[in-house]
Amino acid sequence: MVNRRQVLAGSAAAGAAVLSGCWNGRSRWAFLSEDQAATLAVLCDQIIPADDFPSASQAGAVIYIDRQLTGPYRRHRRAYRDGIEAVEKLCRSRFDVAPAHATPAQQLELARGLERTDPAFFNLLIRHTMQGYYGSPRHGGNRDAVSWRMLGLDEPPLRGRAQYDLTEGPKS
Amino acid sequence: MKSVNAVIIGAGAAGGIVAKELSAAGLSVVLLERGKWYTAHDCRKDDLRNQRTTVLGNAFGPGDEGNPRVIVDGKGIPRQVLPSDGAYQNNAACVGGGTLSYGAQAWRYMPQDFRMRSTYGAPAGSSLEDWPISYDDLEPFYEKAEYEIGISGDYSGTPFKGPRRRPVPMPPLPPNREFGILEPAARRLGLHPFHLPMARNSVPYNGRGPCMRCRWCCGFACETDAKNGSQNTVLPVALSTGLCELRTECVVTEIVTDDRGRARSVRYIDHRGNRQEQPADIVIVSACAIESARLLLNSKSRLFPNGLGNRHDQVGRHLQGHHYTGATGYFDFETYDDVGPGASIAITDYNHGTPGLCGGGMLANEFIRLPIHMVDRLPDGTPRWGLEHNQAMRQWHKRSIVIMGPTQQIPTAAARVTVDPAVRDKWGLPVARIEGNVHPHTYDIGEAQAKRAEAWLKEAGATHTSLMSYRSETVSAGQHQAGTCRMGDDPRGSVVNRACQVHEIDNLFVIDGSVHVNNGGFNPALTIMAVAFYASAALVRNWKGTRFRS
Repeated sequence: MVNRRQVLAGSAAAGAAVLSGCWNGRSRWAFLSEDQAATLAVLCDQIIPADDFPSASQAGAVIYIDRQLTGPYRRHRRAYRDGIEAVEKLCRSRFDVAPAHATPAQQLELARGLERTDPAFFNLLIRHTMQGYYGSPRHGGNRDAVSWRMLGLDEPPLRGRAQYDLTEGPKS
Repeated sequence: MKSVNAVIIGAGAAGGIVAKELSAAGLSVVLLERGKWYTAHDCRKDDLRNQRTTVLGNAFGPGDEGNPRVIVDGKGIPRQVLPSDGAYQNNAACVGGGTLSYGAQAWRYMPQDFRMRSTYGAPAGSSLEDWPISYDDLEPFYEKAEYEIGISGDYSGTPFKGPRRRPVPMPPLPPNREFGILEPAARRLGLHPFHLPMARNSVPYNGRGPCMRCRWCCGFACETDAKNGSQNTVLPVALSTGLCELRTECVVTEIVTDDRGRARSVRYIDHRGNRQEQPADIVIVSACAIESARLLLNSKSRLFPNGLGNRHDQVGRHLQGHHYTGATGYFDFETYDDVGPGASIAITDYNHGTPGLCGGGMLANEFIRLPIHMVDRLPDGTPRWGLEHNQAMRQWHKRSIVIMGPTQQIPTAAARVTVDPAVRDKWGLPVARIEGNVHPHTYDIGEAQAKRAEAWLKEAGATHTSLMSYRSETVSAGQHQAGTCRMGDDPRGSVVNRACQVHEIDNLFVIDGSVHVNNGGFNPALTIMAVAFYASAALVRNWKGTRFRS
């Protein structure tokens, strides 16, 4: 016979189990692990660093790549897994830290090294980072159309404007 | 299944027109289309997934699953490619075909484009030929296409054009800023710039409103349905006759012939995956150059062991498209006004008449460049990554103009479509295998065109320029694909006659870009449409009740 107290205790435990299933130790990412995502962010941020405007990872390029790796870029999974692992290994052997904790100069050196040693993966990374930064926000990158604003494009785009030049002075 | 008068394979630029012309003439028509019917509501304005930037797939088909092709590169090494890969030479697979998402430049070829061999002579190793029909034969049908599809523009600025009886039905869109910069520069160079013709409403036309001039045009479906393709012009007319039935997501596997060697029916796989057979008095193939050739080659039988129309090994040969070259100019003032579609001004001065070159091509400014397009159009010497690249994007995105154009391709018989002996698609059909390249003279023309584009940009005030000129390893067919079922009077050197009827099978027709003998120095859509009207007129003229006699 199960009494009310036992049922309540059981459901609380079940609830905790569900919660831990979501959060405990597992990645927030669709495909990458937390460490892989951190390394990828380092690489993406060398390709598009921050200045007055956000860097690639701040604009969501890693989210973009991660999401595509479970979709159209399924075919690039191995390239990412192997490429990131190689970078992590190299970083540990040379600087004795994980890429995410290396100094900015070390991180840049890491990217330059990757461009030399594994140009195929680095080119892939450049393309995907650019897509995540300059592409449509719907895919997880270009957060809040930040790159389009950076280029001076209207966001949201204005419609029916400027068909006829009715105003004086500079536009757009 | 009940027999119909005509079955048409492919609801693109040509198929839609043939369906309309035949059903309006009283024939019962079944129109088979392997893709879906998208509408303006399917316009997603997705910079990474459309028909031009396909890194995340084709927006309007075909999908990446189960639709491979085999491309043989310059060294003779075959490789399998996905539809979203540029080397696939894709054209959209949907109702409307390429015309749902094209940039909609709607050019007439020039009279010389139909007489290339007599004008220039064929360069050694090329298969340059004359069309069996002339510009004058096609002129009334160009006009019909311009009025029924709906074209805006203004040819009055150029003397380099064929004679025409009426202007295009709509005025051009108001000029954008690039037009204002390039027009006086062209005049200073002694050129004749004008508003290029486009299948786009500039004023309300045909029951639909005008262009709202957004940033997302070439490669996208139009959000306001102001872009005119077969899906929003001729196809609704065809369906309204009550005689045309459109069946979407139907993949044709084979054209069946009877024991007298005439086409009897079409076998296809419907949207549920069931095999069907549609008997018809006449069969019209309008599946675009690569897929039309593939279907003919896949339709093998005892009487036609090499495929239909292929007795003289002509099906699939002379594959061509356009070799695009041009230049990007960088300015110290803003050239970008965010007013679409962008492409607005053209010159046709260089299409013909340059000594030493077999033709040339039209030059026009490019459609609005989305940021993702600009990533690799930065000045020569810009690093590919890093802060400098990012800063160059900021500096040049609004201060650059691209001028480019389709170069007249010199065809070769070796550039061809065959069916691959090993690779099959998800329905088990052998896929298209594309090999060969254009004649090298094409690249000479392309290089000359790039320098002309550069000169125009410099005259317009570009502080520096970068040339876009290259020699491709494979034939560039893509959305402008043409030439695989040549039109001609001699059955040994062509596949169809001047009425687009396959030489050896009198009730089988190929009506689409495949029949183009040369592809001109222009975007081919309007010519495909004019040929479709022309061939439909001949077909209707020869239609004698239920039995077709030519």
